[in-house]
Amino acid sequence: MDEHHLRELVPATIAIVRRRGADFAEAEDAVQEALLQAVTTWAHDPPRDPLGWLVTTSWRRHLDQLRAEDARRRREERAAPHDPVSATGWGERSDVTVPTTDDTLDLFFLCAHPALSPSAATALTLRAVGGLTTAQIARAHLVPEATMAQRITRAKRSPAGRRLDAPGDIATVLRVLYLIFNEGYGGDLDLSAEAIRLARQLNLAIDHPEVAGLLALMLLHHARRPARFTTGGALVPLAQQDRALWDGTAIREAVGILQGALARDALGPYQVQAAIAALHADAPSASQTDWVQILEWYDELMLLAPSPVVALNRVVALGEADGPRAALLELDTIPSSVPRRTATEAHLRERTGELETAAGLYAQAAREADTVPERDHLMRQAARLRTHLGQERGGDGPVL
Amino acid sequence: MAKYLLLKHYRGAPRGVNDHPMDTWTPEEVDAHMEYMNDFADRLQESGEFVTSGALADEGLWVRYGGEGKPPVTDGPFAETKDLIAGGMVIDVDSRERALELAAELSAAPGKDGKPIHEWLEVRPFLGEHLRADG
Repeated sequence: MDEHHLRELVPATIAIVRRRGADFAEAEDAVQEALLQAVTTWAHDPPRDPLGWLVTTSWRRHLDQLRAEDARRRREERAAPHDPVSATGWGERSDVTVPTTDDTLDLFFLCAHPALSPSAATALTLRAVGGLTTAQIARAHLVPEATMAQRITRAKRSPAGRRLDAPGDIATVLRVLYLIFNEGYGGDLDLSAEAIRLARQLNLAIDHPEVAGLLALMLLHHARRPARFTTGGALVPLAQQDRALWDGTAIREAVGILQGALARDALGPYQVQAAIAALHADAPSASQTDWVQILEWYDELMLLAPSPVVALNRVVALGEADGPRAALLELDTIPSSVPRRTATEAHLRERTGELETAAGLYAQAAREADTVPERDHLMRQAARLRTHLGQERGGDGPVL
Repeated sequence: MAKYLLLKHYRGAPRGVNDHPMDTWTPEEVDAHMEYMNDFADRLQESGEFVTSGALADEGLWVRYGGEGKPPVTDGPFAETKDLIAGGMVIDVDSRERALELAAELSAAPGKDGKPIHEWLEVRPFLGEHLRADG
């Protein structure tokens, strides 16, 4: 039994413990404790029935907790209408029924309640649905474990007593998954891969074209990851990426999922973004990219979910489809505060041959960047242009 | 989520509203100030927004590489540098607004006469280590 399989049992275990009478917050705590125990003991003493073991251990933890709180009687009365536990020991087959995908869906909604802050919702989703330990989540976010534990505790205080009365809010669940995806990868945990795993679960639990759209979008971005950085860690822009390094299997899977979603004729922002990513993935080379069609998808996206960031991305597509001058005209309408606007202008000015201006803009964009890889990449672009300009001057001008 | 460094300057920051050297406060005022700072850190731990904090000694040296096989070259300490950082706190919060709100709260620590010191704190965002996965 590997850790991956173990994690997949977590939402099922929470569902069973809840059905036996624990509320969400209690069940989630108890299962987290059982999970920690499993991580340490299963390596040398694996149970024959992992789910049964997890349920039994979680339920015992839950009962311990109730005793500790000296509220046993009151709590057990609440638990009474449900089936009492039949504790299964090591190696016995459990009588637990495997929960349906509806239970997983229920957990997704609980963890992504609209009242939760984004950080609380992502942390809670990773633990309760993703089956990760608090320590893993903390390391991935570069915060102390105690801080992450508090974040989760506080988040759970919110949805526990609340009724799930917003069943239509799949949009929040999707936003939480996309946030997790974009937290990237560092340390021993790949949050992008986790987000994809969660989106697969969600896609099984609910039939919704935007869920499929998001899954396709994440798969497409993820497929390009091996080509996004040099071995030295420097960023490689899309146009210069070695397409042989892209994960063709993942791209084909994503395109299949996306086509199924688009056929449903209920277009949404994630499907549109996936369609754009698919057009990039589909091009045999950067120069053969169908920018005209990409531009049309951006027009669609501006209708569905307009934002200054989308408008800026549309300008980039316009620059490729109609040339840098048309794009620079359009760029004037975008506020200077939009992230990456300066970098976009630098690229367009370079293409119109305004190299001095472009070099200055790249350097400015580097100062404005909010991640280290992006800053370093933009600084290299400034240095590349400046070096080129210096050589030109040295070659053409009089020898000093 | 984004991380921010809240920096407290001994010198070099613009003058605060209730700006009096701590050695002119009463011991009770000093205690109240320290207690406020500790409570602030505790509350951030409880809200899941605390990363780390630390105070810095006044003394410091400039150090640079001295060349192959040679010891480091040092300069200082200088008694009256223009800007002197006293310490700081790293927080991990949902928004820039929240970072500013917390900095303002920290700046409300009580000082002389039990009134908020209204000191200026410098708020600096950390650059992300990772590129967005959809970049």
